[in-house]
Amino acid sequence: MTSLVVKNELNASCRHLMNVIMADDKDVLRDVWFGRIPACFTLSPEETTEREAEPYYLLLPRVSYLTLVTDKVKKHFLRVMKAEDSTEMWFEYEGTPLKWHYPIGVLFDLHASNTALPWNVTVHFKNFPEHDLLHCTSNSVIEAHFMSCIKEADALKHKGQVINDMQKKDHKQLWMGLQNDKFDQFWAMNRKLMEYPTDEGGFRYIPFRMYQTMGERPFIQKLFRPVSPEGHTLTLGDLLKELFPAAICAEDEPKRFQVMIHGIEPLLETPIQWLSEHLSHPDNFLHISIIPAPSD
Amino acid sequence: MPSSLLWAVDVYGRVYSLSTAGQQWEHCRDAHLEFKRVTAVQQCCWSIACDHNIYLYVHASEVPIRYQEETYENQRWNPVDGFSDRLLPSDRWQWSDITGLKHQPLGDFQLPSENWEWEADWYIDENFGGEPTEKGGWTYAIDFPATYTKDKKWNSCVRRRRWIRYRRYKAQDTWVKIPSEQTESLPDPFNDITCGGWEITEEPRGCLALWAVSLQGKVWFRCDINHHNPEGSVWEEVPVPGEVVQISCGPGDLVWAVLWEGHLLVREGVGRDCLKGSSWVTVESPSPGVGVVHVAVGVNVVWAVTKDHKVWFRRGVNSHNPCGSGWIGMVGEMVMINVGLSDQVWAIGFEDRAVYFRQGVTASELSGKAWKVVSVPRDSERSHSSASASSLQSAGCFFGGEVRLQSQASMLSDADAETERAGGEVVPTPEIGDAPKPRIPKVTSDSFISELVSDREGQISRCDVPPAGPSIPEEDHPEKELEDRASPAQVLSPSQSGGVDPQWSNVDLEEAQTHLTSGPGGDAAETSSLSSVATYNLALEEPYGLDEPPKWAWVSGGGCLVECHTQLNWFNSSTSTALNSSMQAMSLSITPAQTAAWRKQIFEQLSERSKREMENFMHYEQAIEQSVWVKKGTMQWWRDWKPHKWVDVQFALEQFSGVEGNKDGILFIYYTFNDEKKYLHMFINEVTILVPVLNDSKHTFAIYTAERTKQRWPMRLAAATELEMHDWLALLSVSCCDSRGIQGPPSKQAIWSVTCKGDIFVSEPTKELEASPYPTPCAQISLGVVWGIGYDHTAWVHTGGYGGGFFQGLASSTDNIYTQTDVKSVYIYENQRWNPVTGYTNRGLPTDRYMWSNASGLKECTKNNTKPPSPNWTWVSDWTIDYAVPGGTDREGWQYAADFPASYHGNKTLKDFVRRRRWARKCKLTTTGPWQEVPPIPLSDITILPCGPKSTVEQVSLWAISNKGDILCRLGVTSLTPGSSSNYGSSWLHVGTDQPFKSISIGAVHQVWAIAKDGSAFYRGSVSAQNPAGDCWYHIPSPTGQKLKQVSVGRTSVYTVDENGNLWYRHGVTPSYPQGSSWEHISNNVRKVSVGPLDQVWVIADKVQGSHSLSCGTVCRRLGVLPMEPKGHSWDYGIGGGWDHITVRGNAMEAPRIVMPSLTDNQTATRPLQTSNQPEMNGNPVGC
Repeated sequence: MTSLVVKNELNASCRHLMNVIMADDKDVLRDVWFGRIPACFTLSPEETTEREAEPYYLLLPRVSYLTLVTDKVKKHFLRVMKAEDSTEMWFEYEGTPLKWHYPIGVLFDLHASNTALPWNVTVHFKNFPEHDLLHCTSNSVIEAHFMSCIKEADALKHKGQVINDMQKKDHKQLWMGLQNDKFDQFWAMNRKLMEYPTDEGGFRYIPFRMYQTMGERPFIQKLFRPVSPEGHTLTLGDLLKELFPAAICAEDEPKRFQVMIHGIEPLLETPIQWLSEHLSHPDNFLHISIIPAPSD
Repeated sequence: MPSSLLWAVDVYGRVYSLSTAGQQWEHCRDAHLEFKRVTAVQQCCWSIACDHNIYLYVHASEVPIRYQEETYENQRWNPVDGFSDRLLPSDRWQWSDITGLKHQPLGDFQLPSENWEWEADWYIDENFGGEPTEKGGWTYAIDFPATYTKDKKWNSCVRRRRWIRYRRYKAQDTWVKIPSEQTESLPDPFNDITCGGWEITEEPRGCLALWAVSLQGKVWFRCDINHHNPEGSVWEEVPVPGEVVQISCGPGDLVWAVLWEGHLLVREGVGRDCLKGSSWVTVESPSPGVGVVHVAVGVNVVWAVTKDHKVWFRRGVNSHNPCGSGWIGMVGEMVMINVGLSDQVWAIGFEDRAVYFRQGVTASELSGKAWKVVSVPRDSERSHSSASASSLQSAGCFFGGEVRLQSQASMLSDADAETERAGGEVVPTPEIGDAPKPRIPKVTSDSFISELVSDREGQISRCDVPPAGPSIPEEDHPEKELEDRASPAQVLSPSQSGGVDPQWSNVDLEEAQTHLTSGPGGDAAETSSLSSVATYNLALEEPYGLDEPPKWAWVSGGGCLVECHTQLNWFNSSTSTALNSSMQAMSLSITPAQTAAWRKQIFEQLSERSKREMENFMHYEQAIEQSVWVKKGTMQWWRDWKPHKWVDVQFALEQFSGVEGNKDGILFIYYTFNDEKKYLHMFINEVTILVPVLNDSKHTFAIYTAERTKQRWPMRLAAATELEMHDWLALLSVSCCDSRGIQGPPSKQAIWSVTCKGDIFVSEPTKELEASPYPTPCAQISLGVVWGIGYDHTAWVHTGGYGGGFFQGLASSTDNIYTQTDVKSVYIYENQRWNPVTGYTNRGLPTDRYMWSNASGLKECTKNNTKPPSPNWTWVSDWTIDYAVPGGTDREGWQYAADFPASYHGNKTLKDFVRRRRWARKCKLTTTGPWQEVPPIPLSDITILPCGPKSTVEQVSLWAISNKGDILCRLGVTSLTPGSSSNYGSSWLHVGTDQPFKSISIGAVHQVWAIAKDGSAFYRGSVSAQNPAGDCWYHIPSPTGQKLKQVSVGRTSVYTVDENGNLWYRHGVTPSYPQGSSWEHISNNVRKVSVGPLDQVWVIADKVQGSHSLSCGTVCRRLGVLPMEPKGHSWDYGIGGGWDHITVRGNAMEAPRIVMPSLTDNQTATRPLQTSNQPEMNGNPVGC
């Protein structure tokens, strides 16, 4: 009995203190992890159905992958489809096939930011666009993709030493954390991937990918250190200057591009190392979407 | 990490210091002096001035340097006069030292130098071995020399009393001249000086070795420099087999010198008893034709510079092999080199005369990685002027890059003067080797002046010891020159810059400058430089190009502590792009507000985003169903029932979302019993405390619930590896916090810990526990103000953050987490037995203890198999003999005894057959936690006035004892905002005492009690909020025959613990007579006591009856303590085993809630005490 009373008191006092204390860097990790995009899935009119398909509404985790979280969507639409058409499901937004191997948040920022919510995604079963999309027959394909990203990122950050030192079950913990949306489970392991020697001021290279809607290449990825040879902390601005100077506009110019990470536009003076530690996706890459600024 | 200073001398003889926390060279102003050499240690700096005298600069400390002079007054009884000063002819003098062999009248005591002053007049010491004497302080004996007692007996024929007087070193924070006695007889001025050797002896003695070289190449050693005698006494010549030009002495026993011919001398035989060493050995120069001109040594390193400016690193140097094994050539061209604390290396570049820091020097990589130029502006010119120093300083920081840019330009331009370029054009120089020279831009528009500079540089480096010249009161040159150079345009049109000399005048000025540096005209130069700066500031309204390129002649890092986690702001110089420079300006002047700009923006945008994307859609289905998460592992479990043993179990934690959205969890332990699979479970929300238990063979931890605490039987588990254990602990503690919805720092009172029906359980289970898994053997809290002390006596104040340690990245805050370090020693014993044939050998009897063992002798501890207390600690030194063992040692550190185990003594007698000596090895912990260091005084005890929760307190009384036994009172500690800088206080106030102290406690209404090292108790009179330091000490007689150890004062109760483990209660303490009347014995076997603000009494007791055997370090609480019954009636036993410190002083709530922060803090650290009792831990039944 006593313990219960005490507990409640503790909670009260904690809540109070939490309000007093400034937002913390760790809260960013939670915000990033728990980012959700409301989506409305509609079956493509090209699909032949036995009866009319209702749209399906879902909150999609920004950090996850489309094919990983749409089992429910598939089930929903298969109910109205003929059994023989139940081939691989794929998604399209305003004519663009959505690459499942990009995180959901990146797809959204790249193609649909500045549009009205929810995000209207069209579901297809026929005519798989072999040129645009990779096949995703099972979750193990996603897992393989996810793990290879993490390994690549760690190769950039620590020459792969951290991820290689982990055991199989640790790798599994990372994956299961993402798959089951378990923040603690994931970060208990992921924090090791985010460590770096204090005297070096950051990772060896920052694992990042820079996406454009119009570009001929799917994304830009280069070696970029968080600290300059002279020992200065490099920033998002420095990165853009080197890789996409057009995104930096002079003060008097109208803004031509938006630089989006997780649906927000960090200031250009944000240190790239901090971004890598806090705004990376679970695959340990910093996914930066560069989209034309809305004209209005 | 307190800031420390790097010292340097520029080519004009001006001394500057640069703080590790600072961003500019501070001119060490002393009106008339220019210096040739400085050698710094942490507490002081020695130097040779241009007048060839040696000067000392002692840093001011809040604890003064005091020395107690004593003399004895002796009297003999005769029937006529009674006791009188008429002694027998065979007797000692009427005034003598303690032995009676030396005549010492009061008037013969002189101050050793004019830098000392008397604190007060002579007075009589009325404290005799911890007991107060009668007025007059006489002690009696039958005859000289004999045993003295404080009581006069019928046969007392002689008596004596002790007079004491303190002298205090007054010359602090100023350069004082050390009288050089031998220069009168021998006009041979000093040429080089080096200071070191502080690691050879233990801290309280504080001995320093100071070596000097004279112009004729002789070597001198300064005797008797120690903590009480900062100046030392006399110079002693040390014979050398040649002419020495330079010498270097490390913190340990390394001393190397450079001979005129370019070879090196290494001193051998330097040790604890002989700081001076015994003999020299010669080491050849690294390259045959080119001699060494400079050498620098550290603890385990030797660096040298040869005549061709090459830098060399000596391989394989250590205490056992001071000569090392070979030379390695290093990159970079230097003129001199210096090794500082933790073997960090500083040098002065040959080309640019800039100070370089060797980056990446660690214990494992002593040679470091690369040279990095230290480029920070100097304060001197600007802060001389009347313009606001602070604004200029910030301007200097802001435009550091630009300043550098121009200064570099002029220095290098002579190299390729023919390449004329427009001013301001930037060309990076190629990098040389692996030494990352900063990108130095060249501005060659003004090559004329640049050549002048290079000429002058040559001149100055040639005249290392400038001859005395006439002083020419001419304007200080550098600023002038700078004006010209600052903007090339202005040279062409001098009308723009008022007061700028035409260019040709530089030639004259150049001459003047050369004389200036050599003569004692610095004063005039300085005043005129002031005026010139003023002109400059008015004339040129341009913030750039303020500074003369700093050219350095000498650097000393002996007082400068740089470690791998130290953040230095010294290297932010030349920038290559405009964007960078503006960015850098940002990072240079980092303030919380500025860094917050981008962070704040991200926080805001993220919450905006969440709102935008989720607020209206919360009714949507979640894509991923919340499921149960299970983490499984294999562990060993200490079976709850007999026969107790470790059994292999499957361990699983299931986490799920609880009803209120809180996460909750269940722990499962699956085991097999009689071939039947069974399991046991525990709800995470019932877990009260998680304790890592250090055990030699297993990585174990214990999980308590309220119920299990009551039964004194925690769930004990062992993980396969240390790492696994930490992972589990971190995870479990996060789950515990999650299940209680706790996220954030501990609150003022409630969170630290709580009791339930008299049993302790920490309701905030592991927050503190995991957060700071190390220091605070001593911590006191009051109204949210929490201070702690580490093993290395460093004081820490709780910042109000949470997490840190191996919590990193999981659930810790980043705002109030600081790097914390702690150092402690691990001891092992070398045991030997005597036999008639070979004497003492390491061959014991078969029944003997291990020849290398722990203190008890029961466990084998060799140098190789002994590990640091936990993987978080790493070794930072080698094994060394420990001479500071209770009981004393002989010269080799041995203690002798008749047999193991017995009482050991420091000298060999005929009855001794065994001997042992203690070896110590330092280990260091570097972690992070919500604690901030309070430099610079090391503390051994601390107390804070406990206050009730309702009282609004402006000023919190905080008293402490330094590791040397000085009593200190902290000023300016307030509790206005818990965990803020106000908890930190402002300064220490030294409270004078006649003897060193060891324990202190402050109770309600400012009752201050303290225990001296001799075991006597003192009460401080007249302490109040207005007079925080009180006025005088009252000596309180100890309980008969007992030496007190620790004191704790509550609201009205005063409790002490003596060295034999007795707990005493002070009777008769009333507001009108706070000293009380007598001691009453309460209990025995008490190790430590803590009395709360409501007079709650908690102790750590030993030998508490357990189910199997006696348990040590059990936390007990006094029952039945009532306002009218302050002593209580019986003990209630709490969590048993291994506790070392407790404080209940923060808890002003009515029972049953008790706060004991340090309990949770330091249990991991103290647990090793317990090894032998581990299995019985908490096996103690209630009510014994």
